This record gives sequence, structure tokens and C-alpha cells, in this order.
Amino acid sequence: MSTDETENILGEVTSGGDYKYGFVSDIEMDYAIKGLTEETVRFISAKKKEPSFMLDFRLKAFNHWLTLKEPEWAHITHPPIDYQNIIYYAAPKKKPQYESIDEVDPELLRTFDKLGIPLNEQKALMGFAVDAVIDSVSVKTTFKDKLGELGVIFCSFSEALQEHPELVKEYVGSVVPYTDNYFAALNSAVFSDGSFCYIPKGVRCPMELSTYFRINAANTGQFERTLIIAEDNSYVSYLEGCTASMRDENQLHAAIVEIIVKENSEVKYSTVQNWYPGNKDGEGGIYNFVTKRGICKGNNSKLSWTQVETGSAITWKYPSIILMGDNSNGEFYSVAVTNNYQQADTGTKMIHIGKNTKSLIISKGISAGKSQNSYRGLVKILKTAENARNFSQCDSLLMGDKCGAHTFPYINVENNSSVVEHEATTSKISEDQLFYCNQRGIKTEDAVGLIVNGYCKDVLNKLPMEFAVEAQKLLAISLEGSVG
Amino acid sequence: MLEINNLRANINGKEILKGLNLKIKEGEVHAIMGPNGSGKSTLSSVIAGREIFEVTAGEIIFHNKNILNLTAEERANEGIFLAFQYPIEIPGVSITNFMRAAVNAKRLYNKQEALSASDFLKLMKEKQKLVELTTSLVNRSVNEGFSGGEKKKNEIFQMAMLEPSLAVLDETDSGLDIDALRIVANGVNKLKNPNNSYIVITHYQRLLDFIVPDFVHVLYDGQIVKSGTKELALELEEKGYDWIKDEYHNK
Repeated sequence: MSTDETENILGEVTSGGDYKYGFVSDIEMDYAIKGLTEETVRFISAKKKEPSFMLDFRLKAFNHWLTLKEPEWAHITHPPIDYQNIIYYAAPKKKPQYESIDEVDPELLRTFDKLGIPLNEQKALMGFAVDAVIDSVSVKTTFKDKLGELGVIFCSFSEALQEHPELVKEYVGSVVPYTDNYFAALNSAVFSDGSFCYIPKGVRCPMELSTYFRINAANTGQFERTLIIAEDNSYVSYLEGCTASMRDENQLHAAIVEIIVKENSEVKYSTVQNWYPGNKDGEGGIYNFVTKRGICKGNNSKLSWTQVETGSAITWKYPSIILMGDNSNGEFYSVAVTNNYQQADTGTKMIHIGKNTKSLIISKGISAGKSQNSYRGLVKILKTAENARNFSQCDSLLMGDKCGAHTFPYINVENNSSVVEHEATTSKISEDQLFYCNQRGIKTEDAVGLIVNGYCKDVLNKLPMEFAVEAQKLLAISLEGSVG
Repeated sequence: MLEINNLRANINGKEILKGLNLKIKEGEVHAIMGPNGSGKSTLSSVIAGREIFEVTAGEIIFHNKNILNLTAEERANEGIFLAFQYPIEIPGVSITNFMRAAVNAKRLYNKQEALSASDFLKLMKEKQKLVELTTSLVNRSVNEGFSGGEKKKNEIFQMAMLEPSLAVLDETDSGLDIDALRIVANGVNKLKNPNNSYIVITHYQRLLDFIVPDFVHVLYDGQIVKSGTKELALELEEKGYDWIKDEYHNK
């Protein structure tokens, strides 16, 4: 393929309108004033009638944040973010207290309908319980009662603060302390809502739990916080989806997810991240600075992160696992797609502390257009982690000749009984593969979709069935027109 | 059904096909032989519409339509199939998924509805039996880690699935042991009917014992320099190509 052709075809990616979630909903909102001061923090806490420990936590975080500087080590560039020009709290005006679906603001329901999010009870058959967070506030959690019978708590973070403050107090900030990094400090100061999930001892959560995050309002940042606790001998599979309105300006999203996995328990956390990526010229889009970390606290515990990252103008995200319990097991499966001017710097950290701990990293990066896609990962094996085992595979697929793929693996081993393996490949979709597909009647666009899905299969297979199908479609849409 | 007139084609500015003519009717099998570098594989690529070759003159009429302006996938969906000399690997894509995309692309092109999953699987089973392709193979990624024989069998299986009216077999016999050759040839013979035609490109007479051609052509220096019946192939086997070259250059 000639450079000209590539150019033309890449040009066809143009219609930023391909982002089908880009609509804006006209929902009456309650805002905080712009800017970040101690007052903002107090305002948010008061709005949510929080217990005093939460306000203390927020204020400490805020004061710590003031001492920090934005990190610069990631392989991304962006104009400086004006933290005083962001609205830190926006919530639908109608009070989100619903007895049944009929009471939800119809405009809000239409919004979630357009997103294909199952808020209505008929979706019971699908076996998903959903918590939907729009802008800053959780608007609807389904199946609460049914889950309640098992002792599973699945609700918004705000509700958890009211109804289970002792649990929040015990665990919040225990995996990601507010001192962890710049964006974690910011989130800890101003987080507005998010999801809370508690699986009691011996309970296998019978349905997928999922949270949908939506940024709708202009000029607002979204700072949600998710906390998942799996007590001994329990299991839960959790899915998170994200979309945003199309806006010309960049919007900031800085979230925290903390997961605590106790003895013999397993948590699967899957993300399909499709925040608005900006248009073909790199205007607009979400800045996605997220800290996700889980701890395998108990022996024989297991945590797996699966992420499909197709959205955001910038993604800065390293879902990590602290393998503290003996024989604990951590997995990270990632597909990160960047097109046009998107930038992604994503990967994981596996911290081995316990004996016989195992970790597996499968990362598949796909870069198209003029995008930059980096894998950054740390495998750290401490002295105590006898017989620890890690295997990492980092593959990059390049489309066109104007994009970049980068791999930054860090390996730090402190004992000699462990085995660490790292494999990496870089490939392109070959002319031969495309012609072979064409010759079988398959259009180039569809061929690219097929080949990319094949390339990501190991990761997509880890998603719950319904979302794997969605993710496949999303990959095809994200890469539309990126190869000729 | 296929008429190639005065076809000239270049790759990277070098002329490979130099005024090639060929006529094929429904139900006929044409073998194309010729020494290395004579343009056999180029011919198959140009018929299939591979873009790296530039056609500078001539026409390819297929079912009364000049197809030179059609893309490779349009030609495929019009009924042209190329069995590759070196089938391409597509990691992570199962033959089942690959074929489903191909079969449904063709149906869409012909304004038919996509096959349901169960109808598709039924079709797969039926065609697998025809070409003796094992079930385990169709669940594997396209050509990935296949033996030479498996790759070629897979090509014939795909041909069976897509039911082309013109199939070009590009050195399908290369890299096959005698048993695999027989299976592949049997597949082709079972698929043969009065409405479809074959172009069989080969170096060896051996394949033509199994797939009996109606006509044999010798391609040399980008042109068809001699045509005959299957006896010509035997003669070539015995005498080599030098006498043909001499004949051509003395002309």
C-alpha cells in the first residue's frame, strides 16, 4: 500500500461522528461552583451528608494534593490542565431516590436506553445487576433486594457511606492511599460517587455486577470511586462501562478503584472503557487518569483485571495487584486501541509478596492513525515471595506508518527462587493477510476487524459473553478506516 | 465464461504478462504449465485482482463483464476463487469464523440474507465431509501451524464452501505427499460440475493424472505459447520446456 493511499484511508476515519455515544442529554443539573479549594471539598462532603471521617479523609487528601506536582513520566503530552476551571460536582437535580424504574427522570432513562444499558427489570433475565453513575451521582442500582438476601451489598458509594460507614471507613484508601499519586490525591479530595460492593463470607455472587459511568455535563470532571471487598471463600465478577458526550474541550476523569480479596476468594474485574476519544484532529476527548489497584490479601486468593480500552484522548492507567497472600494469583488482560491522536500509557503492576504467588500479564496494543500507544508494566518480586512466577506477553499491532507503539517493562526481582518471563512482539497487518481475506470476498474493513479480533482473542475471551460481543464491535468501530 | 484478451501486467515497472490470451467455457478444466518465472502465479493474482500488479492493456471478461475495474472482494463474490500456492496464516481467527465472514459477505453481495448459525454449521459439516477435513482443524486458527497438506486441504474446503464458478488452483500440488494430493484432487473432482470451470496451474503432470484437464497451455515469457490437450502435458513431462522455448524464439 502506498503512503498516499494510507493517508487517504486514514483520512476517512475523519467522521468523529462515528462515536455513537456522543449525544448530550438535557437533564437538569445541580452544580458546584467552578474551581478547587477547601470550600469545594467541604461543599461536596456536605452535599452528600457524609460522616466526619470522610470529610477528614478528603481534607487530608486535598492538603496533600496541594503539595504535589502532576506526574510527567508517562509517554503522553497534553496542554496543562487548569484545575481551577473544572466543575467538581454535577448531579441530576431530581433526587436519585427511586422505588421503581417508573420514578426515574424519563430523559435519564432515554439516555441509558441509548447507551444500551439495562436499567429495566426485564434485563433480570440477563443476570446483571447494574449501578449507573451519571456525571457525579449514582442514579439507579438494580437488584439490590435480591442481592441483599445473600448479604451482598451493591450500591452507590454515597449510600454505602450512609448505610455501612464502618465498612467504608475500614477499607477506603487501604489499597490506594491518598498519598499514592497526584490523581489519587485529587480523587480522594473530590470524589463524588461510585460503586460499592461487599461480598460476605462464603457467598458466590450469582450475577454479574456492573457499573456504567457517563459524563454528560460540560466543563465537569468525573471523579468516581469504586470499592470492592470479597470476604473469605467468596466470588464476584464485576464489569464497568464508560461513555461520554462529545465535547470540544477536554474533560478530566480521575477515578480510583480499590479491591480487597480475602482468603480463597476470587474477583474478576472487567472494564470496557469507551470515553469520548476526541475528533480526528485530536480536539476534545476525555483525559482519563485512573488508579486501579487490588490486593490479594488472603492465601489462595485470585484477582483478575480485564480491560478493553478504546476511548479517551489520553489514558493513564495501570490496574495493579498486590499479591500478599501465599499462593495468590493475579492476572491482567488488556487490549488498548488508539486511533487518530489518542494517547494511551497503560499497563499493570504485579507486586509479589507472598510465597508461590503467580501473575500473568497479557497486553495487546493496537495503534492506528497518529496515535501513541505504550505498555508500561512493573513486575516486582520481593524477598519473601519464594517460588514466585510471572509470565508477561506484550504484543503491539501497528496500522499505518504514523503511529507509535512503545513497551516499558520493568522487572525487579529480589530472590532467586522465582521465575519471570517476558515476551514481546510487534507486528503489522500484512498485505498478504488482507488480500487473502479480500479474495474470499471479505471487505478490507471487515478483514481488519476479523484480524484484530483474532489478535485480541486471548483477552476478549476473558470478558463475560455479552460484553465480549460488544467489545468486538467496539474494536471494529474504533479502527474503522484505519487500514486500506 | 472467462475470456482474457491481450492481457499485459507489470509489477514494480517490470512487465510480466505480455499480451496473454485465454478462453474458458463452462465446465472446462484448463491446465497451465510452464517453466519458473514464466508468469503463472502473476496470471492467477491478476485474475483475482491483486492490486500490486498493474494491468496496462487488455481485458478480462468474466460472465460477459469486464472485471478489471472490480476489487478483489467483488471478483471473489462474482464467483472467482483462488487457491493460494502459499496460504496465509491469520492468528486467532478460526476457520469457522473466517468462513462465516466469507460466506455471508458473498450472500450479502448477492442480496441474500446471512446464514443462521445452525444453517452455517450444517453447511460446514457437509463440505468438511466432501474434502475429508477433520473437525478439529476448523476450530484452529486459519492456516496457523498447519502442515503443507492441511493448508492445501483447507483451501479446497474453502472452495467447497464458496462454490465459485471459476477456481484458479495455483500450484496446489506443491508440498503435497501422494495421499494428500489424492484427497485434494478428489475434492476438486467432486466439486466439478457442468457450470464451473478450473484453471489448474502446475509444474507437474502428476496432478493431471488426478484432475484430468480438457486443455493444457504452456505459459512462457508472459504469453501462452502453446496449447493442446492432456497429451501435451505428457509430452512436456518427457521432453521438458526447451523445445517450446526454441519454437517460441525462432518464431
